[in-house]
Amino acid sequence: MNQYIVLRVVSKLMIPVIMIFALYVQFHGEYSPGGGFQAGIVFTAAFIVYTLLYGLEAAQKAISPAVAHVLAAVGVLIFIAFGYASILLGGNFLEYKVLLPNDQAGETFGIIGIELGVGITVAAVALTLFYSFAGRERR
Amino acid sequence: MIDIVLLTFLVVVGVAIVRVRNLLAVTMLTGIYSLLVAILFVLLDAVDVALTEAAVGAGLLVILMLATIALTTRKEKVHAARQNAVAFVVVSVTGAALIYATLDMPPFGDPEAPAHVHLSPRFTQDSPEEIGIPNMVTSVLASYRGIDTLGEAVVIFAAAVGVLLVLGTGTVRRRRRSEDDVEEAREQP
Repeated sequence: MNQYIVLRVVSKLMIPVIMIFALYVQFHGEYSPGGGFQAGIVFTAAFIVYTLLYGLEAAQKAISPAVAHVLAAVGVLIFIAFGYASILLGGNFLEYKVLLPNDQAGETFGIIGIELGVGITVAAVALTLFYSFAGRERR
Repeated sequence: MIDIVLLTFLVVVGVAIVRVRNLLAVTMLTGIYSLLVAILFVLLDAVDVALTEAAVGAGLLVILMLATIALTTRKEKVHAARQNAVAFVVVSVTGAALIYATLDMPPFGDPEAPAHVHLSPRFTQDSPEEIGIPNMVTSVLASYRGIDTLGEAVVIFAAAVGVLLVLGTGTVRRRRRSEDDVEEAREQP
């Protein structure tokens, strides 16, 4: 895809838009369709387009496979941390309303937090899968 | 009307996926199939699911399958067609049983359907009060069914671990000449 200038310019313009859309899907998930899972996939889509343009090596300079592995675990840990935080504050596991004084605000805070965890995990896992498949050399 | 057109397309694409031997074309058709399903989900007002289906089915999955095809081969191996009577009977009976089972389901959009009288009213009426966000899909996913979603996140993580163990990390290494020489030396004992 490197030699087609139209594709290259258009894709280059699309990458930031895709990333912004991913963030919108992530943080607007309470009001419109979407959430962490969809946002994570869309975010990875931006990286895949980047890889098609500039090659796997350039993409792995931006987010290396090792970082992606760590992030995949970090996302799940954020989710679990919210669960234990609500236990420590006197609720049940993942009972977000104890997190903040106001019940509704606590629930919303908890949902945004775990959606962020899901988003990080999904983006990192999708990227890991893509790296694993794309990085294998043909034998 | 548009439902019938879309479902007809789905059947056509499904048959094409089975018949076509070129795996590249099959991959593209799988993406189209996912996109059609996503449109159907939108028509059913299930936009959250539609977004997921479009992103995963038509996007990521196609890319991963293309990467696999690039590593393996483009052509499906043609096996000599064998008629298997037992398989045909099993498939027919199962299909007939499934179609017979759909007759028992409540009609489409029936407000008295069991799914609409038990939990749905509870969620649609109380979740804006309890959670305070307008998208009920998110409230159910993240709050009422929080542990399910945690399970999903762990499953996704486990999938990544599995792929890493089987396929490796895919890190691109710039091969240095000395390394190459060493490897070649090793390969020629």
